[in-house]
Amino acid sequence: QTDFADMVKKDKVVVFMKGTPSQPMCGFSNAVVQILRMHGVDEYAAYNVLEDQDLRQGVKAFSNWPTIPQVFFNGEFVGGCDILLQMHQNGDLVEELKKLGIRS
Amino acid sequence: MEITVDHIRNKLTTEIGAVHVEVEDTSPNRCAASFKVLVVSPQFEGKPLLQRHRMVNTCLAEELKEIHAFEQKTLTPEQWEKQRAP
Repeated sequence: QTDFADMVKKDKVVVFMKGTPSQPMCGFSNAVVQILRMHGVDEYAAYNVLEDQDLRQGVKAFSNWPTIPQVFFNGEFVGGCDILLQMHQNGDLVEELKKLGIRS
Repeated sequence: MEITVDHIRNKLTTEIGAVHVEVEDTSPNRCAASFKVLVVSPQFEGKPLLQRHRMVNTCLAEELKEIHAFEQKTLTPEQWEKQRAP
């Protein structure tokens, strides 16, 4: 049994994605990886949902969000690719990362 | 259930009072049912982005089970006006 509450709190930035940061298997997951990289976020926990069906279904139920990728900051659900992209464009992402002590 | 552009537009219009909806069927570019939507609704007023997206997800919960990829943009009528007339 996966304890998602623990999983998302363990690291400041947690991403559930298809593939890995070095080899994303979907354009949306890749977009999240690229946005984080652009902001200098290199160290984060990334979980590959393609390797584990329970993880894939479980995280959707945990966050009540139907799609992958999913991004968490400080244990809080932030959103998927569209939300991260819009936060990147409107400057909110810089502010949120600042709260985590990450300077982008 | 067959998911069409019209079906998605109608549902968003009736259920979350969207005054403008653009739906693009992006399935041909991908391997399965994929859609990109722009939803403009006064009900988004004062709601953070995450909550707006949750409203759309809830509205299309049944459809999302069949949809492989889904992109969305949510704007209030005011934001939409601003974006249209730069």
